[in-house]
Amino acid sequence: MVEARFKPGDRVKVRKAYPLGHIRTPFYIRGHSGVIERICGAFGNPEELAQQRSGEPKQPLYRVRFVQNEVWPAYKGNPEDVLEVEIFQHWLE
Amino acid sequence: MKDNGSYQPYSYFQLMEVSLRELLVEKGIVTETQVAEEVAAMRMRTPAIGAKVVARAWVDDSYKQKLLENGSRACEELGIEVAALKLVVVENTPSTHNVVVCTLCSCYPRMLLGIPPEWYKSRSYRSRTVSEPRAVLAEFGLRIDENMKIRVHDSTADMRYLVLPMRPAGTDGWNEERLAAVVTRDCMIGVAVPKSS
Amino acid sequence: MGGLPAGKVEPAEHDYADWERRVDALMIILSGGKGGRKLMTVDELRKNIEALPPDAYDRMGYYERWVTSITQIMIQRGVITTDELGRKMAEIDKRG
Repeated sequence: MVEARFKPGDRVKVRKAYPLGHIRTPFYIRGHSGVIERICGAFGNPEELAQQRSGEPKQPLYRVRFVQNEVWPAYKGNPEDVLEVEIFQHWLE
Repeated sequence: MKDNGSYQPYSYFQLMEVSLRELLVEKGIVTETQVAEEVAAMRMRTPAIGAKVVARAWVDDSYKQKLLENGSRACEELGIEVAALKLVVVENTPSTHNVVVCTLCSCYPRMLLGIPPEWYKSRSYRSRTVSEPRAVLAEFGLRIDENMKIRVHDSTADMRYLVLPMRPAGTDGWNEERLAAVVTRDCMIGVAVPKSS
Repeated sequence: MGGLPAGKVEPAEHDYADWERRVDALMIILSGGKGGRKLMTVDELRKNIEALPPDAYDRMGYYERWVTSITQIMIQRGVITTDELGRKMAEIDKRG
């Protein structure tokens, strides 16, 4: 299991990368910054599991909270509206 | 296509299902009994299970705390089979409304709500809920006040989400069974809120 | 598809047909649930669905995508062969 590098409250940035394969980091959130809401635990790496491999070592998974206004330039709503997304550690910096 | 009166030929994909299943049975990988049992178990998983959890949380504050801390464990405490489910319960409050979506596929707390409805898996719900939640909720007839904060949960990986709605006014003294009856599936996804009448 | 332009949400519902429920059951059993042998992961299911061309994806129903993906995985993993599948589908079509 890979050790967790972040803790709740830490500010993180989602890597802006567009490789091929099966990826569980949504396109729309790549390159955006948010705050760790919680550590969900460690889970098999979906990018590896999708290719018939073991997915080991397990990767820490986080829920990251983003401010809607920062994600969508034309966002309409309360400035405190948030979007929370599960992101694996290797996609965060 | 054969013309046999009311006879309905298999569609291409139904044909694939029958063929795949028969091949797997012939190879001893699955049995027809296993498939039939799983189909039967699936029919038993309905939003009534989720509603029971919500109603318990409404009447028992210590249970609610446990549910918010560890959703899966709290469900097991009620005798609900959770299997591999990692449940995160998110609570609606007078200042915050929660709504759940899976933009990548259709992740859903199936052990508590059954198979997701068609619209949950639709391109429009999955595309727009993250970027314009207020407009999407309005299409379900739910208007969220501008002063309220919306938390959208994109269920992208291993966790599954259940919204714990607010107990509606006018339900004082109701027992759990009566309370559970007002908790619809949509309330637990976050596209509706429960009403006492 | 998060954030992409799309139309209004139609609150569509339909009761799933028996064959659709069996596809769902096969996925659970082949993923190692219900005492099944683990022969696939949900990530492979998704990878093969994502590999569908966008127009096919939109035309197909939910369980049509699933059955296509599960069948692909069984071929990719060598559990069944393309030839076996082709012959079986022809046989069942004839049987009706």
